[in-house]
Amino acid sequence: MIEPQQHLAPDLFSKEVRQEPIRVGFGRGLLEAGHKDKQIVALCADLTASTKMDDFAKSYPERFVEVGIAEQNLVTVAAGMALAGKVPFVSSYAAFSPGRNWEQIRTTICLNDTNVKIVGSHAGISVGPDGATHQMLEDITLMRVLPNMIVVVPADAVEAEKATKVLAAHRGPAYIRLAREKSPIISTDKTPFSLTKAQVLRLGKDITIVACGTMVYQALVAAEALAKKGIEVEVINAAVVKPLDTVTITHSARKTGAVITVEEGQIIGGLGGAVAETLADHHPVPMTRIGMHDRFGESGTPQELLEYFGLTSKNIAKQAAELLKRKDPRGDRA
Amino acid sequence: MTHKQLELQAEQIREDIINMLVEAGSGHSAGPLGLADIFTALYFEIMEHRPKQPDWEGRDRLFLSNGHCVPVRYATMARAGYFPVKELLTLRKFGSRLQGHPERLRLPGLESTSGPLGSGVSQAAGHALALRMDNSKCHVYVVTGDGELDEGNIWEAAMFAAKYKLANLTAIIDRNNIQIDGTTENVMPLGDVAAKFAAFGWHVIEIDGHNFQAIIDACNLAKAIVEAPVAIIAHTIPGKGVDFMEFDYHWHGNPPGTQDVPGAPPKKDQARIALHELRTLGGRIRGEHE
Repeated sequence: MIEPQQHLAPDLFSKEVRQEPIRVGFGRGLLEAGHKDKQIVALCADLTASTKMDDFAKSYPERFVEVGIAEQNLVTVAAGMALAGKVPFVSSYAAFSPGRNWEQIRTTICLNDTNVKIVGSHAGISVGPDGATHQMLEDITLMRVLPNMIVVVPADAVEAEKATKVLAAHRGPAYIRLAREKSPIISTDKTPFSLTKAQVLRLGKDITIVACGTMVYQALVAAEALAKKGIEVEVINAAVVKPLDTVTITHSARKTGAVITVEEGQIIGGLGGAVAETLADHHPVPMTRIGMHDRFGESGTPQELLEYFGLTSKNIAKQAAELLKRKDPRGDRA
Repeated sequence: MTHKQLELQAEQIREDIINMLVEAGSGHSAGPLGLADIFTALYFEIMEHRPKQPDWEGRDRLFLSNGHCVPVRYATMARAGYFPVKELLTLRKFGSRLQGHPERLRLPGLESTSGPLGSGVSQAAGHALALRMDNSKCHVYVVTGDGELDEGNIWEAAMFAAKYKLANLTAIIDRNNIQIDGTTENVMPLGDVAAKFAAFGWHVIEIDGHNFQAIIDACNLAKAIVEAPVAIIAHTIPGKGVDFMEFDYHWHGNPPGTQDVPGAPPKKDQARIALHELRTLGGRIRGEHE
């Protein structure tokens, strides 16, 4: 059953569900946050329109900084600005930032605890035809290991807008991961977003699916399909991969006794790794991690690639049925 | 301060550096000794700052890009009154505010955290841009090594600072010609550093980094130039002040008493001899002042 308090989009399961790229939500959120807080500045590395910083750049040219194709400079200039009291948002493709500038982020932003928000656009396999070089799959892992860093992977444009505004008001380093392609709008303005809480979108007793980003929609669709077979799936949107909401995830695992994670990235160290770590600590249950299994992508249409790598509702439903067979017959072992 | 007073202050700071490094048993020697005159000039003559109010908004900012040279900054800060001089001997020890490489959150008065090379100029540039947005009159200084000019991030920052005409930014480049693996021109030739920065759009001044008049004049000139960021290329002698350490890259990353080096005294005598031989700019050894 869909959790009514989540106020999800009513047309969520219709074929005409409204679609919009997640990055567009970031652009709206940045513009609004920038309107409210004059200390917000935006820096870009020659990808202003693609990363949806263009509206901010047009509205506030005096607070927009173009650093050119120089991602190491992008984040270190931002660190210097943050030390002067600015609230910098820096954007590029995730493959380049945080792909290329990890050490600068580690030293000048995380260890230094500067108030810089790193925006990685065009993340995941669904970047498509650009191929493996541009399909960033390791960014969640890279950012998650850094002390002081918050990692947010919004599920749709609406959540991206909320997350951007919340992060603008939150003091400290953060990474926000965006996707290029249009994706279904699953939430509404009333859907809650919190940096400390994962959202339980659907209640179920048989199995838990923890997803982030574009895969939340796929998880919800899979859950609907499974419900028709009598399998009740709990779906958790872990948009905030770090700090991970250990309480909500452990509570759900205790209830269902089996957990699937789904993400458009490497399962090693990604959301799958994070959930596995948490459950190993608090309540181990049989798990399946869906995502990229220690390999790179390749060129293709987003749909072709998502299908090939099993990042679809169909594969999630299939994996769920498999996992149920491995589930501890005694149920709750706590 | 008179130049004589600055020289004596710098000599005191060199003595502090040697004592700190010997006590720590590790750390970089050559760079800090070579930068002692520049840091003395910055903290005792050039910069506006308040040691008892390190976060004073009206202060000039000093970023240290070559974080490994931080012993000279700690020693100068202590002598300027930021913290007790005796704390210098906690350098690199567990629980100390004086970390092996500088951490902003540990010690008030540090503008940023550094160590991994090449990211100080861009931080200083970003800071200068932000200050200008706020109509601040404060000046931003950044000290870099020459070895770290190998890093691409430096040249990204060089283009950026020129693009935004950051006249409130002055980079002081410690041109001492050594890095860990040898001389800069052997490890990775830098060639004409002045021509490179000029080509990137900076105003360039070359000075003797041990001449107080030259250091002060260059910094004054830098403030008067309003069209471009300024690079002061300060030619310095690595290990300056200690005869057996000068010009020798073996002392880049090691303190006295930790290694046998051809031409240097035996390990056990190095610290004592280094302190005894410490010379001021006039060439006199310490004992002669007393």
